[in-house]
Amino acid sequence: MNQTLGRGTLLAAYFMLAVAAVIALFPLSLMVISALKKSTEIVANPLALPSTLQWINFARAWTDAQLGRSLLNSVETTGFAVVLICSTCSMAAYALARRTGPGLRWISAYLLGTTTLPIQLYLFPLYFGFAHLGLIDNVFALSLVYTAVFSPFAIFLLRTYYLAIPKELEEAAIIDGANRWQVFTKVLLPLVSPGILTVAIISGLNIWNEFLISSTFLQSHDQQTAVVRFYTLGGQYTSDWGEIMAAAILIVAPAVGFFLLMQRRFIQGMAAGSVKG
Amino acid sequence: MRPTQSGTLGVLSRWITRLRDSPVPFLLPALAINVAIILIPGLLTIAMAFFEWDGASTPGFVGLDNFRTIFADPVFFSALFNNIKWTVIFLTIPIAMGLGAGSLLLVAKRGRTFFQVVYFLPVIIATVVVARVWQGMIYNPESGIVGWLKFYGINLADPLTHPPTALYAVASVDLWHWWGFLAVIFFAAFRQVDAAQIEAAVIDGASFFQLLRYVLIPAIRPTITLMMIMTIIWSFLAFDFVYVLTQGGPAYASEVLSTLSYRYAFYNYTMGPAAAVALVISFFGLIATFFYVRIQQREGNQ
Repeated sequence: MNQTLGRGTLLAAYFMLAVAAVIALFPLSLMVISALKKSTEIVANPLALPSTLQWINFARAWTDAQLGRSLLNSVETTGFAVVLICSTCSMAAYALARRTGPGLRWISAYLLGTTTLPIQLYLFPLYFGFAHLGLIDNVFALSLVYTAVFSPFAIFLLRTYYLAIPKELEEAAIIDGANRWQVFTKVLLPLVSPGILTVAIISGLNIWNEFLISSTFLQSHDQQTAVVRFYTLGGQYTSDWGEIMAAAILIVAPAVGFFLLMQRRFIQGMAAGSVKG
Repeated sequence: MRPTQSGTLGVLSRWITRLRDSPVPFLLPALAINVAIILIPGLLTIAMAFFEWDGASTPGFVGLDNFRTIFADPVFFSALFNNIKWTVIFLTIPIAMGLGAGSLLLVAKRGRTFFQVVYFLPVIIATVVVARVWQGMIYNPESGIVGWLKFYGINLADPLTHPPTALYAVASVDLWHWWGFLAVIFFAAFRQVDAAQIEAAVIDGASFFQLLRYVLIPAIRPTITLMMIMTIIWSFLAFDFVYVLTQGGPAYASEVLSTLSYRYAFYNYTMGPAAAVALVISFFGLIATFFYVRIQQREGNQ
């Protein structure tokens, strides 16, 4: 169709796409060049390239934001939550894919409904409940909250993978004497593993980036995730934008690296689950 | 031949078999976590909307007083109106940008993956980081582009601290963060459109805009509708960018319902009004969900 639409249309299309790419990349380029500049240089001209590269910004960001500790907290929270989401939701999705009935339809409707609710609808009692039980600043308790928040997305995505598996496969295994649990672990899980990987990637990224829930439940300095520490860094510890941008890069780098590595699965998964970050 | 089982042992063994084959054990872990984290606290919030509570003392029943409080608060209505403005902005600009970029990607076969990755990059960056980049490097009147424009005689106030522009400045950041997602979704949908249909239109001499208007957009209408419903839901949930960039200020100019609810709870320690606002937000979400389910069912029937 390119020939018939004409060279002019094609040129205009590439021009528009390039403009959109510049819009997407411009703030990110500012982030990168500013991270390597002195704060006086940034004020003098935010668009200029650094005269000498200020790697010291990264060192200062690392110590001021205690990024080592907070990145570790982020890794722990994300890790716990992803393991919980993948294990519980791969089971639940199997049940919802293979069985029908009014009860299960209500459960589906309930899960779908929770995805449209504001976090504020359950945040306040949950906060006071956790405080009462001494679960504030507890990384594992926080990952339970994330499991609940991301489980509807995970269940609905995984359910489509189970539906694609022919029933005969399970029936054959049952005739061979396997019980339902064996069928699930030995036959089905290997087949839906690409879906589980997609769920792990999408929910992992969203949990790594999440702010409202983690800032509410992790309050002490030592327990905060990288994103929450980054938030307090700009607010309390420094007004040097070079340092803040250096911290930004350190937090964003793992996510971006991961995305570039697995971009196809990322994009497909986000499209399938329609999660808003 | 197996002897028929009877008595308590038989009942027990039948129960075990039934439980092993039933979906309940598979659903239980995920559902238990969901109920403990979302359903029970959610029901408590609904109850809380009718009580007076500061988070520490004994709650007291106050009937509809919390709703009277929020309806008497002018900030509630400006926040609600800001959510509506937010919804209108996000129903138009990013959807138009997404449809535009998505359809152009269909034409531009070479470099398509590159553009998709670039457009998607802002989507995967943490909202707090995106907010700080815009705050410091673009809006800041000293270190940002707004400050740099002063050297060229263009004097702008910091858009985030200027009440008439604050909400739009915040929405622009979310827009930049968000539109690439729609571009990728719409492009994926456009690729499913019947190639013969597109070719026929092109052979008939359709221009690009005619192709978009009469073939491509009608073909992906279900996707567009779904994204619009999700946009409405998400617009009423908007929190991060407002909270980080302006905290709802200056003078509540950019306050939205979710930040207002948070303010009532954790700044004023008035859980009742916080819960009442949360119920109002949920109400809008449930209406949108209703339409979402209706449309899903209609698609399923087709």
